[in-house]
Amino acid sequence: MINMDCPLEEKNFETIQLAHGGGGRMSQKLIERLFYPEFSNPYLNQQHDGAVIPIVEGEIAYTTDSYVVNPIFFNGGDIGDLAINGTVNDLTCCGAVPKFLTSAFIIEEGFAVSDLKRIVASMQKAAQKAEVCIVTGDTKVVDKGKCDKIFINTSGIGIIPKGIKIHPSMIKKGDAVIITGAIAEHGITILSERGNINFESDLKSDTASLNKMIQYLLKEIPQVHLMRDPTRGGISSTLNEIAEAASLKILLEEEAIPVKESVLAACDLLGLDPLYVANEGVMSIFLPKNKTERALEILHYFEEGKNASLIGYVLDSNCVPQVIVRNKFGTMRVVEMLSGEQLPRIC
Amino acid sequence: MNNRFIMGIYKREVKKEHVNALVRKIKENISQPLRIMEICGGQTHALLKYGIQELLGDKITMIHGPGCPVCVTPQNIIDKAFDLSLEKNIIMTTFGDMARVPGSKGSLLYAKSFGADIRILYSPLDIFQIASENNDKEIVFFSIGFETTAPIHALAIKYAFDNDIQNVSFLTSLVTVPAALKYLLSDRDAEIDGILGAGHVCAVSGYEDYEKLAEEFKVPISITGFEPEELLLGILNCVNLIVKGEHCVINSYPEVVVRKGNEKAIGLINEVFDVFDNNWRGLGVIPKSGLIINKKYEHYNSALRFKISDKDVIINVDCRAGEIMRGKLQPNECSLFGRLCNPDNPQGASMVSSEGACAAYYLYSRNIVNLIGNRKDVLF
Repeated sequence: MINMDCPLEEKNFETIQLAHGGGGRMSQKLIERLFYPEFSNPYLNQQHDGAVIPIVEGEIAYTTDSYVVNPIFFNGGDIGDLAINGTVNDLTCCGAVPKFLTSAFIIEEGFAVSDLKRIVASMQKAAQKAEVCIVTGDTKVVDKGKCDKIFINTSGIGIIPKGIKIHPSMIKKGDAVIITGAIAEHGITILSERGNINFESDLKSDTASLNKMIQYLLKEIPQVHLMRDPTRGGISSTLNEIAEAASLKILLEEEAIPVKESVLAACDLLGLDPLYVANEGVMSIFLPKNKTERALEILHYFEEGKNASLIGYVLDSNCVPQVIVRNKFGTMRVVEMLSGEQLPRIC
Repeated sequence: MNNRFIMGIYKREVKKEHVNALVRKIKENISQPLRIMEICGGQTHALLKYGIQELLGDKITMIHGPGCPVCVTPQNIIDKAFDLSLEKNIIMTTFGDMARVPGSKGSLLYAKSFGADIRILYSPLDIFQIASENNDKEIVFFSIGFETTAPIHALAIKYAFDNDIQNVSFLTSLVTVPAALKYLLSDRDAEIDGILGAGHVCAVSGYEDYEKLAEEFKVPISITGFEPEELLLGILNCVNLIVKGEHCVINSYPEVVVRKGNEKAIGLINEVFDVFDNNWRGLGVIPKSGLIINKKYEHYNSALRFKISDKDVIINVDCRAGEIMRGKLQPNECSLFGRLCNPDNPQGASMVSSEGACAAYYLYSRNIVNLIGNRKDVLF
């Protein structure tokens, strides 16, 4: 048999080339050498066009999200673990146990292969921690300037255990609202790194998968009514969404909302309200009031939940939707959904 | 804000007892209803955010002045920035909240969707980095603000001049507080019993000009900070002066403000700018209320460097932002408020930025009446 391989020595590229996404030999090599070894699992290793996974009984949750963060590496994480944690948390919000993820990359021509390796390794580390498998994926490379470095889409499937019903319509008047951690850390870290502002402080993204903690919580307290991760738009936008979906009046006590001192200082400097700043590792939870104490005990047991706090209650249902914050002086203000992008004020 | 942070007096802990004590003293000292105007948008924002009007009760009505620099930037200048940003070879830079304020054609963020290169900066000095990385492009900074930001614009313009940096220029709409205050007080129907001066503005300008105004218009002025207890202390001092019938300036923010201001900063402003009759969005032309780049530095004035058309803009006649900024009307008394006019679709100056009085009302106190009645037992 004639050897058709090119006799020239194979080149190891330092940057991603258009051909890496072209579906030919270079694509194949990228997949075999970079993605397969890192993401290896029985479903991916079948090397089909798609993953073949066993049917489960009952209900599944299915979600997708795209990640375009800039900068791609930031204090506390990178676009890779963000893409895993975000989708894992979205499944978790549905009450599901996340199982299978897909990952699709759109990469700008010229992107450093070393950076791609770093991102893929961080994805795998996050996937292992969340006990999910990346079972199939795709890579496209676009001309330089046609995308900003790298975009990642992940979609995921999770299995919903019997007896769990998480839905806005489940929320009752008097339900407690818990937040599982200190707020605004992801958004403020990204904004400060994007603006090249050196706060000389401990600002760090909170990106984390919360499924282990939440599964534990649901096992003991299956009566949880709703969970939602307050990502873009912060807790005020998320709680407004929930208030609108279920026609609720929600009252929050400002003093009870956990915010790190350094985050508050940075928000003050940039003129931002932490209630509107993005989170990537906290969950808002609505549950019956009498389960609050036990829920907090469980959450505090986990590193991601050590700052979990009761921040408010559902005052009314079947009413004009509204989220109200009461400050320590006893006065109240309405918080709205974020209008436009959150931009720093000038003075 | 920068300075306060660096000076290490940033504090989260606002003592509830301290606030209550101040509120009690203010209430004790008032005999008749008073109308006090705060000038600064930052103060308006804080008053509403912390519900201070609610704490003060009915006897004091806080009326809201025109002190949001973004709000008062005229639409025709925003239109100029919009048009200029769409020219090839231009990188348009500005502060974050200026980027989303619409002129008649839309905001700079809207221009970005047509391909304009719009960059949001935290300081005008950041344009020199962009200028050195983009030798073939013209970098324009859309400079807006009061006396608080004027010195840093002056510094940037002087730096460009001294270092002969050719590819930068500044499209300015800089305004000064005392001229606007004089304009408001000259209105005989104004019904303003006392004024809270903006602490950060006075940190730069000092308050000698305010002493003349207090004397001329027989109205006390209390130079005031931005935190709840600072605002209440400013209000208390103002109330005391009103009650005693004294028409002078009291410095209720002495940890930051001195009478003569920051002489270095004032020197920079005087070096680079001339005073001129500026147009305020919602108020119109106010004599000697603006700062314009002077002859020596005019090479750095974008309005002169580039040919940009200047068209008057027709405003919504139902919008009552002008009366609101003159203290004659509260935002929720305008027929457009919350209906046709909201932060996503602002009709007038005081709704366009979060520090405008209308936006602050929309954000914090829309429908606040009957929110939860007396059910304060519900929590904790």
